[in-house]
Amino acid sequence: MPKGKKATPKAIGKPAAFGPDLDIRAFRRETAPWPSCPVSSLPGDIAQRALSAGVRTDEVDRAGTYFQIDRSAVFKAMRKTFGGKAEILSTKDALKKYRWARNYWWKLVDVNTDKYTALAKLRWDYGYFIRVLKDQKITLPLQACMFISKENFNQNVHNVIIAEPGSEAQIITGCTVHPNVQSGLHVGISEFYVKKDAKLTFTMIHNWAQNFHVRPRSAALLEDGATFVSNYVCMKSVKSLQMYPVAYCKGANSRISFNTILHGAKNSCLDVGSKVVLQGKGSRGEVITRAIATENAQIKARGLLVGEHEDSRAHLECRGLLLSDEASIHAIPELVGKVEGTELSHEAAVGKIAEEQIQYLMARGFSESEAEALIIRGFMNVDIFGLPDALKEEIKKMVDASIAGAL
Amino acid sequence: MAVLTVKDLTVKIAGKKVLDGVNLEVPEGKTHVLLGPNGSGKTSLIMSILGFPSCRVLSGRIWFNGTDITAMPTDERARLGIGVAFQNPPPIKGVRLGDVFRHLAKGRADEIKLTRTTNIPMEFLERDLNVGFSGGEIKRSEIFQLLAQRPSFAIFDEPDSGVDVENLEIIGKAISGFLKGRSGLLITHLGHILRYVEADVAHVMFYGTVACSGEPARIFNLIMKRGYKWCEKCPKVKKLRQKR
Repeated sequence: MPKGKKATPKAIGKPAAFGPDLDIRAFRRETAPWPSCPVSSLPGDIAQRALSAGVRTDEVDRAGTYFQIDRSAVFKAMRKTFGGKAEILSTKDALKKYRWARNYWWKLVDVNTDKYTALAKLRWDYGYFIRVLKDQKITLPLQACMFISKENFNQNVHNVIIAEPGSEAQIITGCTVHPNVQSGLHVGISEFYVKKDAKLTFTMIHNWAQNFHVRPRSAALLEDGATFVSNYVCMKSVKSLQMYPVAYCKGANSRISFNTILHGAKNSCLDVGSKVVLQGKGSRGEVITRAIATENAQIKARGLLVGEHEDSRAHLECRGLLLSDEASIHAIPELVGKVEGTELSHEAAVGKIAEEQIQYLMARGFSESEAEALIIRGFMNVDIFGLPDALKEEIKKMVDASIAGAL
Repeated sequence: MAVLTVKDLTVKIAGKKVLDGVNLEVPEGKTHVLLGPNGSGKTSLIMSILGFPSCRVLSGRIWFNGTDITAMPTDERARLGIGVAFQNPPPIKGVRLGDVFRHLAKGRADEIKLTRTTNIPMEFLERDLNVGFSGGEIKRSEIFQLLAQRPSFAIFDEPDSGVDVENLEIIGKAISGFLKGRSGLLITHLGHILRYVEADVAHVMFYGTVACSGEPARIFNLIMKRGYKWCEKCPKVKKLRQKR
């Protein structure tokens, strides 16, 4: 596990292992601070955009909220009925409040991984600290929004999520921009600690702008009996997105599921992967990816399963659907078995809609476009993912709207 | 009046002539049977009647209830009243049988009654279309969809192949019940389905065309007894072979 604490001068110039390289000096850092306010009082245009990324500023069906605009944490609180079950702070406040919080800071992600991690270290703009208390089961999702309001702004957040032993929670993170913003760079470091017998479902929804660049860097550590479900949804076009979150299943019988649903449109360049490291006895992993590519989108769907314990098992499933001759999907599944007894498998399929499927449905009276929509909707069916109920319908709507736009 | 009329139809698929001057007429309320050895053009004829884009019509015409449908897209033909139960439908992940059923039924069909008629358990509607279906399940699901669609003209492509005795009875009864008062075209290899379905005329295809037509039981029994090899000795079939 990485140990780097200080960003070296070399790291700030180091390109990421994957994805197009960016000149990080091309983005603006200056912005006026936003005052703190009740989340319900945020302006309508911000509320609307947040909703498009699954974050409700009216807090209906949500247990608590963190809302950050540019560099300002404008709102962070649990709702009254859920007080004492979890805490939501900015990472800055958490590090001030708890000495022990440092034990969770830059422990899973190496500062010197690349220029983006170094940037998050040197130009840190807070982020959220969510801690679900021991044995607490929170029935409604907690939500966090990372919002960018300035054109060409560079936001670097660092989040820490701790699910204490025996706790259960769902977290929705929506990342989006103001309707007037077209370009910028978002760097997000997220470190997840899912402790003994805790269950955490994390759903990240991205709704960026067409010329936006996104570089999340996430890692999770799972203790004995821990379950971590990480869902990622990106249905809107973005200039470039590169991420390769990793989960270390260190504990015995720990479980990780990575579910990713992508729609690459226009000139989007998406390089998205999930990495599972099975270290504990009886640890299990699953990676499921569904990607559709339209127009000129270029998608790389990666996956890496590493088996380090003889009693461990993981499966990777990646399916890509090409809806344009100019688009491309490159599936790169990798399996690394380090000990005898680990069971790793993958299946990957990339292609266009089969003509015979369309003809079959047309023979049932569906028009050609209805048949295509039905097949694509079926392909992007999110029922197989462990989505929180509060979010399932919203994500279905996003997928439907995205498919309708693609056709 | 004829529901379906195929006149001098010649069709190429992937550059190969698969139908060569087919003539066929199915009158209203009648069921016709299509027989013929493998590769004689039965499925190609069905694909052409359905208007699959892979079938390039070189000459001839197809009429449905007096409308020339030769150049009509498949979905419009379906909406006019042509339905089909496929022999090997493609699996479609994520699209449930229930999704297609609801589209076909448009709220008019009695779901429970139809599942009973075709012996489809209700939970089956939640399954992905043709994904992991057994042979019998495929046939029953196809007929279930057809019953929901309620076309005035129904095509059954080998509904009895790969089906066990219990399923054969269910399928046979469902088809015969459905065809009462309707018109249809039935392809069968071994003729098991004819125990349940009363057909009016049988046609035998050879070399991409209809070589002979007649009373179903008589033709079928002859073929069962002597095989298609015997048919090949028929002067008419010989002539067709020479023509090729």
